[in-house]
Amino acid sequence: MSYTKTQTNPTPFPLVKVGMGHLKIATAGSVDDGKSTLIGRLLYDTKSLTTDKLKAIEEKSKQRGFDYLDFSLATDGLIAEREQGITIDVAHIYFSTPAKSFIIADSPGHVEYTRNMVTGASNAQASIILVDARNGVIEQTYRHFFINNLLRIKEVIVAVNKMDLVNFSEEKFQTIKNEINYLATKSDFEAQKITFIPISALNGDNVVEKSTKMSWYQGETLLDYLENIDTTLTNDSANARFPIQTVIRPKTAEYHDFRAYAGKIYGGDFSVGDPVLVLPSLTKSTIKNIYFFDQEFDTALSGSSVSITLTNDVNVSRGDMIVKIDEIPTIAKELEATICWMDKEPLQNAQKYYLKHGVNDVQAKITHLSTILKTDFSGVEENTTALTLNQIGDIQIKVSKPLFFDTYKKHKYNGAFILINPKTNNTVGVGFIKSPL
Amino acid sequence: MTKKILKVNALESEAIYIFREVIAQFERPVLLFSGGKDSITLVRLAQKAFYPAKIPFPLLHIDTGHNFPETIAFRDKLVQELGLELIIRNVQDNIDNGKVKEEQGRYSSRNMLQTETLLDAIEEFDFDACIGGARRDEEKARAKERIFSVRDDFGQWDEKNQRPELFDMLNGRIELGQNVRVFPISNWTELDVWSYIEKEQIKIPSIYFAHKRKTFIRDGFIWSANDDVVYRDEYEEVIERTVRFRTVGDMSCTAAVISDAATIDKVVEEIRDASISERGARIDDSRSEAAMEKRKQQGYF
Repeated sequence: MSYTKTQTNPTPFPLVKVGMGHLKIATAGSVDDGKSTLIGRLLYDTKSLTTDKLKAIEEKSKQRGFDYLDFSLATDGLIAEREQGITIDVAHIYFSTPAKSFIIADSPGHVEYTRNMVTGASNAQASIILVDARNGVIEQTYRHFFINNLLRIKEVIVAVNKMDLVNFSEEKFQTIKNEINYLATKSDFEAQKITFIPISALNGDNVVEKSTKMSWYQGETLLDYLENIDTTLTNDSANARFPIQTVIRPKTAEYHDFRAYAGKIYGGDFSVGDPVLVLPSLTKSTIKNIYFFDQEFDTALSGSSVSITLTNDVNVSRGDMIVKIDEIPTIAKELEATICWMDKEPLQNAQKYYLKHGVNDVQAKITHLSTILKTDFSGVEENTTALTLNQIGDIQIKVSKPLFFDTYKKHKYNGAFILINPKTNNTVGVGFIKSPL
Repeated sequence: MTKKILKVNALESEAIYIFREVIAQFERPVLLFSGGKDSITLVRLAQKAFYPAKIPFPLLHIDTGHNFPETIAFRDKLVQELGLELIIRNVQDNIDNGKVKEEQGRYSSRNMLQTETLLDAIEEFDFDACIGGARRDEEKARAKERIFSVRDDFGQWDEKNQRPELFDMLNGRIELGQNVRVFPISNWTELDVWSYIEKEQIKIPSIYFAHKRKTFIRDGFIWSANDDVVYRDEYEEVIERTVRFRTVGDMSCTAAVISDAATIDKVVEEIRDASISERGARIDDSRSEAAMEKRKQQGYF
């Protein structure tokens, strides 16, 4: 279902039920390629900008002497950003149409902000890469594309912006398309779907309304395309994992012996009666009850926070994991991973960190760092000793207690971890597990 | 027999997950309770996260003394019904002992003064996690807020040095003296909250529904006429209007909207059609464009 300005009932909010039909989108672009303008345009054309916000934008635009509405003002949140006119952190923007609710993680395009892009993309089901039609594919575009591949985002939309400044040239558009399609041949992520849309965010061409100036383009507008993405298909189905966050023990007369394991289900579903294995103790058991608040269910699906009881008395604590008996993950203390480094202090060989794998905390030591991956697809840099801020590299790591993991390719949530610097407590890196050692 | 399958509600499950992370990662959490719909929604979500156990942390209300009496009555009833522990700290105490100075005149409000009382309470009880009902859709500065947001001794938010949050993983490691503000409904919109209140039949204070109230108009906003707490010039005429509140802060900085919506379904309908964003009805944000960000840097939640 599409939403256009001419619709007779321009309800600013949809009839979407809470939590249903959400699409999480990451946006990436370079400085000045109009990303904030595009988001502002989406908000404006879907009537998601409220009267007071619109008024603020109009006043600011006039104050700065612009002869058009500067939609980027709708998203650039922090004082520092407004002063510099650039976006410097991940901002979350919400808007809805009658068909869907959208959450945009708007990440900046600077070279030095790869970490923000990775952060913004970590929860995204779809990604929009902006390319300035005048400049074509630049180093930044390679980087955005590389990160989308690393994070394995299935739906990638390349929005070729500022088409108005290249006379709506089909040839320009086609050149960009060919270049990116060539890049895609270098990727090992075959399930990725890349869609190209020529737009002008400033004028609104092919954003919400179909452009009248590019008759050569037969495809959907950006919003139409986003609305038609099936959110149930954007996540790979995988083996069911239930990492235990906490144990619920009411300690009241009514619930004297009650003991339930609380957590969120990832990948597949769990049902009452499922034979399961508790990790790391390798104890066999069966699911007795699945609770959500004061209700009991037979089955709970991936993405639900529930509490589960088991048929026999098992010693389970935070960080343990319940899995189906025939879907056992890899259990190992040494593994290989791709790391995106996010801290000013570089990652070095033999350094120690806290490693958080889901809700499981262990100590970790970097045993080998050899390769830096070039985000422009030009290959790898060997024999390196340090991984600096915004670099991506392959490492080997050893942990203090066994982890129960899948590779990131097979399981997004059970294949990723973060590293925490024990001195500063800061999150300094994110890892994507490649294999056990 | 048909199988009973739990449908996924992503936002609700996310909030429950966050509450459980708080309990697992912190020793002395507290829920910042204002009596507004967002903090009432938080209480319901916390109930769900730990059921059948009781909510394992107290509520903290920073009472400005300018609250709507309906909100206070509602708060006390809720706490009693759920058997919760409620801590109240009064802004008035800091005014009386000269620690803070009250604003005077036309636009005076105690909103800024809450910060000091909150920081005092955090120190007094040594809270390491303060759970709040802020949402990213409320305001531009909040759009950049993390779910676990680290604050220093002075409650300050360093927006340029925030920890990246990846996937579902929440890093709650802090140093002595630091604390974390936690926002379980970060990703909810105003409409999400209202729809949830409707679906869950959550009780909220009566001022959210249409009622008759003595009001006056200033700068296009409808103010509650209560001369004890809301400054009013003599020429500003008091008229009884049928209004409701979309957000519940202090009487001195919360504007009403003209409305006939007396039931939750009517309110939800009205929100869907609304054309002024929720915080637009909070006068203190209109003072300057960067108002929220500046207050946040100073420790306002």
